[in-house]
Amino acid sequence: MRIRPAGAHALLLDFTTPPVDPGTSPVDLAALVEAWRAELWRRREHGELVATEIVPAAATVLLDGVPDPVATAARVADWTPAPPAATADPGADPVEVPVTYDGADLPRVAEHWRTDVPAVVRRLARTEFRVAFCGFAPGFGYLTGLPAELAVPRLTSPRPRVPAGSVALAGPYAGIYPTASPGGWLLVGRTELTLFDVRVEPPARLTPGTRVRLVPA
Amino acid sequence: MTERTGSGAGVVEVVRAGALTTVQDLGRPGWAHLGVTRSGALDPSALRLANRLVGNPESTAGLEITMTGCQLRPTRATTVALVGADVDVRVGDRPGDTGRPLAVPAGALLRIGPARAGLRCWLAVAGGIAVDPVLGSRATDTLAGLGPAALRDGDRLPLGEPIGPPAPVDVTVPVPHPTELDLAVRLGPRHDWFRTAALDLLLGTAYTVSPLSNRIGARLTGAPLPRAVAGELPSEGLVLGAVQVPADGQPLIFLADHPTTGGYPVIAVVDDVTLLAQARPGTTVRFHGPQR
Repeated sequence: MRIRPAGAHALLLDFTTPPVDPGTSPVDLAALVEAWRAELWRRREHGELVATEIVPAAATVLLDGVPDPVATAARVADWTPAPPAATADPGADPVEVPVTYDGADLPRVAEHWRTDVPAVVRRLARTEFRVAFCGFAPGFGYLTGLPAELAVPRLTSPRPRVPAGSVALAGPYAGIYPTASPGGWLLVGRTELTLFDVRVEPPARLTPGTRVRLVPA
Repeated sequence: MTERTGSGAGVVEVVRAGALTTVQDLGRPGWAHLGVTRSGALDPSALRLANRLVGNPESTAGLEITMTGCQLRPTRATTVALVGADVDVRVGDRPGDTGRPLAVPAGALLRIGPARAGLRCWLAVAGGIAVDPVLGSRATDTLAGLGPAALRDGDRLPLGEPIGPPAPVDVTVPVPHPTELDLAVRLGPRHDWFRTAALDLLLGTAYTVSPLSNRIGARLTGAPLPRAVAGELPSEGLVLGAVQVPADGQPLIFLADHPTTGGYPVIAVVDDVTLLAQARPGTTVRFHGPQR
């Protein structure tokens, strides 16, 4: 881990920078980010860390609203995240998202995966995903769980409007559009489940660390 | 006509909404991990001052008025205060001052003129704008569409009950609106993705605020900043004031409605972005860093 400065009140914990701990090969970046996210949230709960925002992303965790970044960086450098087994909540079942697999881009995904559409659907339906981070729009979770070799490119020309509830793939991630928006991800299906509702706590159904299954509706 | 919510404390009728008038308070920090940005007044100190002038708690929701001004009509007698851009204010036929409490009789037309210098001003109303809060804030997030929509002609905004008396202030010192800004930056987190020449250009040449700037970010034009590392950066968290450099090399400074994550490298972070709230297109921006 390298701790990068990010202005007067923030630090960026970067997990792409070597040296990587020996013995963690292959390095599962998403697991490392998730372990650190959980560790930092726990430390904040216990009053050992002051940060307004703890924002996990693809290979980093941002700490923003940190009163003294230099002193905080020195403390964070001494911390070791608890192993995932210790942080996983064994009682929590995965969130089941009922998905109608009728997306316009299923044939395209099948082509990239060198298989047919039913096999794509079976693969997505049996994968256990985890919310790596949120971004792009409120409640939009980047779901990891597919192997790197199944990564797919975005559309070269994004659609001007992707309906809310669209289930889609891009790069190594799956995602569900919480609201209608322009989008370049490959559409594989849709769900009726409400993913972002400001009247409930937490407002996002898919929060970082949550396990998710995209079960056929 | 849109009645935003019921209220017993009167409403403000929006007679002319202007180019962009939004409800703003101090925003909704603490939700970035769910993809929800901070939002809030682009110059929080100006909104705080306006609120103090009318006897509100500093975090009370007011209006952020952009460039063209707006016209409002409160249905009950109230006190307002305007802080920010240099504008003409009229209560009915009488001229008023910015930076001090103004009494507005019930039904009188409050006219806020176009900005002569600066770009935005903040209007506090005694009791505050009492639209329903979303995730603890009444701020309009123009990127994600959270909070109340930007004002439209004919809207009726509910007012809250006044809490305290107006501040015993005669006049506040007007803030100058320079046509050149000198912004302190700290390099990072991704300055190592750029050639040394890019750091020299960033800290040694002048940039110009582009007309494409908005509450999400101040877009700049000037010398493009050459990258040392090609390729894509995996999305990572963004902070207020981040100077992001997209593919065309032209820097963009993120303001209150910035996305929570982004995939272009951030070369530096501006210490204080509040001056950019008043930066009209064409304003010159120079950066200086503690490192050099």
